[in-house]
Amino acid sequence: MDLRERVEKCLGPEGLMVAMTECRGDLSVEVPKTRLLDVMHLLKDTPDLEFDFLSDVLGVDNLAFYEKQKPKKKPEGEDTEAKKEKGPSPPRFEVIYLLLSLKRTERLQVKIRVAEDDMEVDSVTSIWKAANWPEREAFDMFGLRFKGHPNLKRLLMWDEFPAYPLRKDYPLEGRGEERHLVYGE
Amino acid sequence: MGEDVQAYNGGGWIATKLEWLINWGRKRSPWPLPYGTACCGIEMMCALASGYDMARFGAERPSFSPRQADVLIEAGTITLKMVPILKRIYEQMAAPKWVIAMGACACSGGVFRTYSTLQGIDKVIPVDVYIPGCPPRPEALLQALGMLIKKIEKSHPILHKRYSDFLVGY
Repeated sequence: MDLRERVEKCLGPEGLMVAMTECRGDLSVEVPKTRLLDVMHLLKDTPDLEFDFLSDVLGVDNLAFYEKQKPKKKPEGEDTEAKKEKGPSPPRFEVIYLLLSLKRTERLQVKIRVAEDDMEVDSVTSIWKAANWPEREAFDMFGLRFKGHPNLKRLLMWDEFPAYPLRKDYPLEGRGEERHLVYGE
Repeated sequence: MGEDVQAYNGGGWIATKLEWLINWGRKRSPWPLPYGTACCGIEMMCALASGYDMARFGAERPSFSPRQADVLIEAGTITLKMVPILKRIYEQMAAPKWVIAMGACACSGGVFRTYSTLQGIDKVIPVDVYIPGCPPRPEALLQALGMLIKKIEKSHPILHKRYSDFLVGY
């Protein structure tokens, strides 16, 4: 049985699979955000999958994609009306987990979609300790809140940095943030 | 410069000679503080090692403590997160002190015109010699050291800083 069938067999019956795609031999499975921890436990503990190694956790901002998909281009002045009729916000962000099975030397991408108004994601540090820093990086760059993370603070930017720089609506050259450090106290 | 030699403040021929003596001592021993933060740091190591042997010009001992260094060789990109550390290290250096900005990143931010990169270290500390290049060859660092030595030769350590600043280059 190839990996695709095994993953389907593992996640399918539980209704844990939203979509599955394959690109040049890399299998990617999208799962519901609320059941993330169940999925990860299954993928790690099921005997013929055994994804025991977490390579990386990535954030993705699909802002431009969803802006393009907006139903109609509203003329100026109708902003307030458009805001009212807006339904649930689109899943602007994605979190991608890159899993590796060291025993079977197989890889799998697990993807969840995160809406802008609900940025809380379950942390997988309880399953793989390696998720600690990648999750901090995703928090630093995209503002994703990982629930249950032992030490969720910025990894690359300084603590007081006021923005999330890898979001697509953040300008490349920044907004003139400067770091002031008071020392000698 | 100048604050450390305040006891003798007179004029006359002795002052000139003493100045010459001090400059002679300083220019022969510009001990570098290597501050390599990127690929320029590799070129700096190369310049310090036996192939190019920067010790020939008195940069004998790379001083890893800012207290015992004269020349801060800032080789590489400075991120905004690192700015307070760079400032602090510069302030910890005892006078007289000089700064060489090595490479495009240290001079101007280089290709990294982004939210995280300082656009030239001269925004936070004074720079004496700039070296362009990405990264510059070790020869360029040696030339910069030579230019710095010439600058030291022309400085006026005994004069009060207020006057000596006007005279640099004369």
